[in-house]
Amino acid sequence: MDYLQYLRKDKMPHIWCDGCGHGIVLKSILRVIDKLGWDKNNIAMISGIGCSSRTPGYVDFNTLHTTHGRGLTFATGLKIARPDLHVIVVSGDGDATAIGGNHFIHAARRNIDISVIIYNNYIYGMTGGQVSPTTPGGKKASTTPYGNPDTPFDISRLAQAAGAAYVARSTAFHVGKMDRYIEQAFTKTGFSVVEVLTPCPTSYGRRNKEGRGVDMLMYQKQNSIGIEQAKGKTAEELKGKYITGVFVDKEQADYRQRYDEVIKKASKLNK
Amino acid sequence: MKKNAEITINEQWCKSCEICVAFCPQKVYEMGRFYPKIVRPEDCTACMLCEKLCPDFAITVTVPDKIEKSQ
Repeated sequence: MDYLQYLRKDKMPHIWCDGCGHGIVLKSILRVIDKLGWDKNNIAMISGIGCSSRTPGYVDFNTLHTTHGRGLTFATGLKIARPDLHVIVVSGDGDATAIGGNHFIHAARRNIDISVIIYNNYIYGMTGGQVSPTTPGGKKASTTPYGNPDTPFDISRLAQAAGAAYVARSTAFHVGKMDRYIEQAFTKTGFSVVEVLTPCPTSYGRRNKEGRGVDMLMYQKQNSIGIEQAKGKTAEELKGKYITGVFVDKEQADYRQRYDEVIKKASKLNK
Repeated sequence: MKKNAEITINEQWCKSCEICVAFCPQKVYEMGRFYPKIVRPEDCTACMLCEKLCPDFAITVTVPDKIEKSQ
């Protein structure tokens, strides 16, 4: 397929570092959109702030680059005003679970028909490698030079607990899986989350001696484990492994259906 | 004669991350001074892994069958 038809070619090459996985995720999104045959004018891509949130700048859809962590709030307003649009939010781990953490869980609770792709690279890459809510315990960041004392968030399980209709996790290396999950998320009615683990060689890999982007992708290739295989294994066996797979896939009434019922009820009462 | 897939590398966009060199199952690429070199194009099976994994939109793999179909 021709990726260039979806790109703003004057903005290329993109700003992501060599070996960064964000470009791989963007390609996957474009492949799925191409496969689904969506019209460019019917897609709205929204982001907050961060490396991942540069994505809408490169694609030739209706795009919004908003304030930090607030991509989902703008998307909620847009989806209610224009339900005919395919609303996609791209967000990073810091954007979605730190500064936009509340927006994320409440959008999931509300189950509004938005697809969120979260690029989880375990760090605030753009702002200088500060520790993020998903930085694994003991790993170094510019603000935790002796190791992170905190326990990390599990974004997929967070979304699952908050009530999202579809939650899946893939690594940037497993492009086939990623394509499948993103397609399922895009076609799902309700709040759908795909968490993609992507390597950040500059801010994370370099500080934690994990090598270049290639080495980090190789690690992903060798240390990924499916959610089914991970069942019954101890925490010790799963240490350092990436658990991938579909966490939730359920049918439930989305926000618009429930809101339509409220409108019906209210208009009956006010007659 | 067997028709091979055609690989092009956009050197203007390539950032020399070497992902294509490391992950090509047929070892079609080798790293040059700055950019990957296509050293064994006849071994390419058009699995498209390099194109899908290239984060910089620099690699394009064209499969001859598809060209014939579109013409």
